Amino acid sequence: MVPLDYYLILSAIIFAIGVVGVLIRRNLIIVLMSIELMLNAVNLTFIAFANSLGSMDGQVIVFFVMAVAAAEAVIGLAIVISVFRHRQSLDPQEMQLLKW
Amino acid sequence: MVASTSTVATLELLRWIPLIPLCACAINIFFGRALGHRTAGVLASAAVGVSLALALYVFWLLPATGIFHDLLYTWIESGSFRVNLSFQVDALTAIMLLVVTGIGFLIHIYSLGYMAHDDGKVRFFIYLNLFIFFMLLLVMGDNLLLLFVGWEGVGLCSYLLVGFWYHDAKNTIAGNKAFIVNRIGDLGFILGIFLLVTELGRQGIWTLDFAELPKHVSLLTPATITLITLLLFVGAVGKSAQIPLFVWLPDAMAGPTPVSALIHAATMVTAGVYMTARLHFLFAPAPYTLSIIAIIGAATAFFAATVAIAQNDIKKVLAYSTVSQLGYMFLAVGIGAFSAAIFHLFTHAFFKACLFLGSGSVIHALDGEQDMRKMGGLRSYLPKTYWTYVIATLAIAGVPLTAGFFSKDLILWQAFSHGSYALWLVGVVTAGLTAFYMFRQLFMVFHGSSRVEDHVKPHIHESPAVMTVPLIVLAIGSIFTGWLGAPEYLWGSLWDRWVQPVFGGAHGAEHGPVTTEILVTLVTVAIVAIGIYLAYARYARTGTRVVPAEAAAGLYRVLLNSYWIDEFYDRIAVRPFTRVSQWLAQIFDPLVIDGLVNGVAKVARGFSLIWREAQTGNVQHYLIGFLAATLALLIYYLRQL
Repeated sequence: MVPLDYYLILSAIIFAIGVVGVLIRRNLIIVLMSIELMLNAVNLTFIAFANSLGSMDGQVIVFFVMAVAAAEAVIGLAIVISVFRHRQSLDPQEMQLLKW
Repeated sequence: MVASTSTVATLELLRWIPLIPLCACAINIFFGRALGHRTAGVLASAAVGVSLALALYVFWLLPATGIFHDLLYTWIESGSFRVNLSFQVDALTAIMLLVVTGIGFLIHIYSLGYMAHDDGKVRFFIYLNLFIFFMLLLVMGDNLLLLFVGWEGVGLCSYLLVGFWYHDAKNTIAGNKAFIVNRIGDLGFILGIFLLVTELGRQGIWTLDFAELPKHVSLLTPATITLITLLLFVGAVGKSAQIPLFVWLPDAMAGPTPVSALIHAATMVTAGVYMTARLHFLFAPAPYTLSIIAIIGAATAFFAATVAIAQNDIKKVLAYSTVSQLGYMFLAVGIGAFSAAIFHLFTHAFFKACLFLGSGSVIHALDGEQDMRKMGGLRSYLPKTYWTYVIATLAIAGVPLTAGFFSKDLILWQAFSHGSYALWLVGVVTAGLTAFYMFRQLFMVFHGSSRVEDHVKPHIHESPAVMTVPLIVLAIGSIFTGWLGAPEYLWGSLWDRWVQPVFGGAHGAEHGPVTTEILVTLVTVAIVAIGIYLAYARYARTGTRVVPAEAAAGLYRVLLNSYWIDEFYDRIAVRPFTRVSQWLAQIFDPLVIDGLVNGVAKVARGFSLIWREAQTGNVQHYLIGFLAATLALLIYYLRQL
């Protein structure tokens, strides 16, 4: 039986990788993937706690998160495609129109 | 002396007296156009007619010393200070009610004919009904604040109606003048109310009710009462056109003639007299204020009468005559004869309304001509107007057995028996002047040879019955209303028995020896007769041209221009004020006010220019801030554990 702490540490590491990916990568597809990483890190935490506490609640929430993540991926990729068609680029640093 | 105890009864009917004209006003505002000119006018007149019927019914029900009361709801309640929206009717109010609704009704009827060809007829009747509503509020309100609401409301209607024909800038300016001059008076009035409230409040009494106030007057020091009454009197000076604020009334003649009759002769301008009579318990213990009122009243009466002598505009003569008669009323108030003042108010309402409506009939017949030098010999063309005019002229001149004789004589006798011989003398001389200028007008308009311009001559016609019937009713009133207040040596005064209880402890009629009283009356009558004779000798056979008084050309010019008071005010008040306003508008406002506002905007803009650099538009930068804040919160809450 793996102790709970290991799961949590792994989850934190994956989450941090996701955060850094969102903040620094120059490609929107990678940013979206990083968001998926963060969501799944959270899922891992839920599962770990559900397992250790013997409750089903955490597992139920994970299903919700997965459903939302799927929807988010669909919409996010659709936006990415239309942005690319429009600008021939996926660099978030070039998308600065929305300021003063 | 203690005010006679009076029985208070509730009568829910009272609220409908002012509300019915208000309803008619509202209906005409929303549906007047759809109803059509005629129906709107008839509706407005009918509403006032119903009010008159109710007023008569209430008058019939009212016992001699009784008070009817009707509470609608509590308007203001703040701590122990409470003002109700409620009406009361006592003998004094009942008389004012009859004057307002009775004369108001007649003038509404008359207006149906007078305004028949006017495009703004619906608007006219809306304003007129609104005026009746506010005037009824003024006389029926059971507290000082409600009186003030009515007071301001009638001022508004006066402004609207003076400037009724707004296409002519002159009329609008006259309306503005009436409104602005009244503001000066109203400022004094409202300061007086404030002072009364705070001074009584300091003693723990928070009330403005006419029923409560008299009980607490004794708490005030004489100096305070004097100051309060002086401030209240400033309001009366403005509203009732006394020296020095009378200048608006002659200009207010720019309004339609029925308005001049209703508002600027019979009702609104007498509000000041009503107010002092209503607050007699405050004025009576303020001898200093009373003497000022008496002096201002007498001075105004004399001064306005002298000006009226030289006027050539038919309505201007009547306007100055109104100012003069109001002066008589204040003279009576000033010697504490409130009952006599209200009596003169009552009779004056009839004969002055009759005169104004008669002049309106003349103006109507002459297609808008108001210059008496272009009239003359109208007697045969306008017989009904002529005869009613004669009766009203006799009444205002004070010829024996007319209404004006009894009321004016009562005031003069009160002044004489009160020992104010100077006031009495001024009053008597003014009576002579009144007789002179009124008969001068009568002769210039109706007698002598015709000086009517040729193109108008063929159209001269007697007014329709809708206009002459009110004239006849008012002419009858101009004689018989006076008989209610006959002196004791004739058949005694019904009036005093009716009104005196309201004034309770206030100074009542003083009775000197009857022989003196008759002698004083004879002096007045003699002076009036001289006045009439002089007018007859000078103007009765005026030829085709009115010859200016060459011998007294200088004096004539002074009087014609009413002592250049308007020019004087223009020089000392209006022009400096305009100049200051211009400076404010052209220098102070652009530099200082705009500078302040723009300065604030510039500072905000400066900071924004710095802070907007933080907004890069790059989502990832924002997310860093988001992350930092989340971490900060996380750390904060973790440290709490």
